[in-house]
Amino acid sequence: MLVAENITKKFSGVVALENVCLEIEAGKVTALIGENGAGKSTLMKILSGVYPDYEGRILFRGQLVNFANPREAQRSGIAIIHQELNLVPYLSITENIFLGREIITNWGTLNQKEMRRRTQLLLHKLKLEVAPDTLVGELKVGQQQVVEIAKALLDESEVIIMDEPTSAISDSEVEVLFGIIEDLKRENKAIVYVSHKLDELFRIADRFVVLRDGRCIEAGEMKDVCQERLIQKMVGREIIISRKKTNNNQGKELLTLENICLKHPVRKDQNLLKTISFTLHRGEILGLFGLMGAGRTELLETVFGLHPKLSSGQLTICQQPVKLKSPGEAIKAGLALVPEDRKKDGLVLGLDVQTNICLTTLADLEDAGFLNNRKELHLSEKYIRELKIKTSSEKQTAGNLSGGNQQKIVLAKWLATKPQILLLDEPTRGIDINAKSEIYKLIQELADAGLGIIVVSSELPEILSVSDRILVMAEGRLTAEFAIEEATEDGILKAAIPNTI
Amino acid sequence: MSPKVFVKEEKAQVQTPSLKASALSSSYSQYLVKFQSLIALFILCLIISLLSDKFLTVANGWNVMRQISVNICISVGMTLVVLTAGIDLSVGSVLALCGAITAGLLKFGIELPSQDLFIGFTLLGAVMAGMLTGTLLGTFNGWTITRFKVPPFVATLAVLTIARGLTMLYTKGFPISGLGADFAYIGTGWLLGIPVPVWISGVIVVMAVILTNKTRLGRYIYAIGGNESAARLSGININKVKTTVYAIAGGLAAIGGIIVTSRLDSAQPNAGISYELDAIAAVVIGGTSLSGGRGSILGTVQGAIIIGVLNNGLVLLNVSPFWQQVVKGLVILLAVIIDKANSKSE
Repeated sequence: MLVAENITKKFSGVVALENVCLEIEAGKVTALIGENGAGKSTLMKILSGVYPDYEGRILFRGQLVNFANPREAQRSGIAIIHQELNLVPYLSITENIFLGREIITNWGTLNQKEMRRRTQLLLHKLKLEVAPDTLVGELKVGQQQVVEIAKALLDESEVIIMDEPTSAISDSEVEVLFGIIEDLKRENKAIVYVSHKLDELFRIADRFVVLRDGRCIEAGEMKDVCQERLIQKMVGREIIISRKKTNNNQGKELLTLENICLKHPVRKDQNLLKTISFTLHRGEILGLFGLMGAGRTELLETVFGLHPKLSSGQLTICQQPVKLKSPGEAIKAGLALVPEDRKKDGLVLGLDVQTNICLTTLADLEDAGFLNNRKELHLSEKYIRELKIKTSSEKQTAGNLSGGNQQKIVLAKWLATKPQILLLDEPTRGIDINAKSEIYKLIQELADAGLGIIVVSSELPEILSVSDRILVMAEGRLTAEFAIEEATEDGILKAAIPNTI
Repeated sequence: MSPKVFVKEEKAQVQTPSLKASALSSSYSQYLVKFQSLIALFILCLIISLLSDKFLTVANGWNVMRQISVNICISVGMTLVVLTAGIDLSVGSVLALCGAITAGLLKFGIELPSQDLFIGFTLLGAVMAGMLTGTLLGTFNGWTITRFKVPPFVATLAVLTIARGLTMLYTKGFPISGLGADFAYIGTGWLLGIPVPVWISGVIVVMAVILTNKTRLGRYIYAIGGNESAARLSGININKVKTTVYAIAGGLAAIGGIIVTSRLDSAQPNAGISYELDAIAAVVIGGTSLSGGRGSILGTVQGAIIIGVLNNGLVLLNVSPFWQQVVKGLVILLAVIIDKANSKSE
């Protein structure tokens, strides 16, 4: 269906892809695997016409093609669904799907009836049971992704490229997505699936291609390969699989929540959090699992003092009752929050690494009211070294680093505040295996050093491998608590799925 | 329990030769980008001095510096505001009101016949009262923007009108003139061979450079403009920082107003009209991004000098005032287009 031969792409002299060959077959799901920076996105951008200048040949249905822009690729039948969704939230589903290719009546006006009808058909096919006039902003992330797929299908695309499609959606939504992919396979569409999550690939993919440092390392049938081997190919090193030892000698009570509630910011009669109570101990890693919309992020935000006017309940830190009205007060009380979306909430991408690391502790880096550059340098060098942040210098712009290194900067800026309680919201989202394992190791070390840590994650394997104890949330309530010895994937998922009556 | 993955070996750091070479060749263009406004200024001066022999004289140099000192006061404040991703349209009117209040207090004091009360003002007292007025109006801007989430464009547009109205009310529409030789010294005097307004704007620039580079507040300003949400989560009190920035901008506009009033020996009710646009132009030409987080005080100073030299040159070359405006507008456009092209190539 689509064949790429000897693709080489350089960015101002730096080789991003070297002699990469790729073959995509109709009716199959081809998994594209590789660490961050391996060249996956570059290859996808070449295939979808974002980068028109490259060396090598691309054959589509046996014809030599060279797309000048994404529009051209789309018209020919290659659609890409980006990791960050490209939808206009204030427009309806219909308007989004037909954006830029509206159907016009003979009078020159929009043929809304026809567009709505075709949207309805597409949504029905994709089993998304919402009205075509619904505003996209009102949909959940998973549903928005389905709208993106509908956009691709409208063009009768033969090749659909999905870049990290499950990074922002919950497990139940992943199931819906996989169902759609199965349907597309049956219709003989070719699907390219880019993901870090190997277990997903083993479920959905037929073939795989491993990229490393811009080169094609291995390709083959998914059924002929095992997870360890794939990881080894991706990383290019030998891997030791080790089991986490549980931390049984837990310390004193560190953080206690009693009847924490949070009102909905608009619909005041609804509660996003409903009487949540639990205790975090010194040296404990508490896993918090929940599906999208369960209120995990809201819970961390409430504890961190971000919703003082909407929340109620009692917070106790080290036996002292506290009332936190702002993040500044929360930091003083020994809390630190690594937010879910590091680009939106974690980092100032346009500033350099050093400034980002020092942002939370500037008051300590002053001499007589003026910032001491030496102290700043010292602090940032310390964390670049300790967390193995790969950057050309501390003056590098944060936005230029890879996801894993950006996440380490966010961690560094919070560790610099010397917190007692660390709240981690999806600490490994969208980062490669290598950085992931380093972050897991760090979390473990911090807990051993006596910090209390809450890890929120929507990935079950992550929760199970990192936590000492697991709490499960559904619809703003705590629904279950497991000691790590008793926790199973089934048990956690069962508690996380909302009970609909 | 699930298995956990550890990596045995560290990846060896290999730097390819091609990477090094490209870093070397790009350093030249980086310097070009860094000093682009200085280079533009140099070329501008070269052209004007070739066309007019009156341009490159010491007297004309001080003349230009004196003329731009007011714009520098205002645009330093504007830079701080724009760095937080805001804008302050009220500075021109605030300048007029503060100039009028300083002049009025100096000349008439406060008189309340019904209470049989009269308060006279010394020069210092009047100047302080003028600056206080500007700071308070700036604080009001910051308050409406942070407390009621009014967009800065709208909030300061409202104050632009309010302050102009208050100026008219206070002056009853007439200039307040005859303010005395001591007051005139601020705008027209010399100190150690340098005009006093140049001293004032120079001190403001030095203080602002220190503020932006060497203090917590400065760092917070960049962080808020770069990513407000991340700044809030980092424990920064966004409302406080923003309010402070607008207060500073108001205070600096007041200083500009005092200089203008002193130079003319008269507070004009319609002083400072469209000064906010000159300030924004200086900020933009100086390379500060209107979306915040990127830019510098020294860039703005260069921008203000470019506008000043351009104005001066066009006058010396007898270009009609109408054409002057057209040229100025085109220069602003050109500056932003070049800046956009540069940030894209990065």
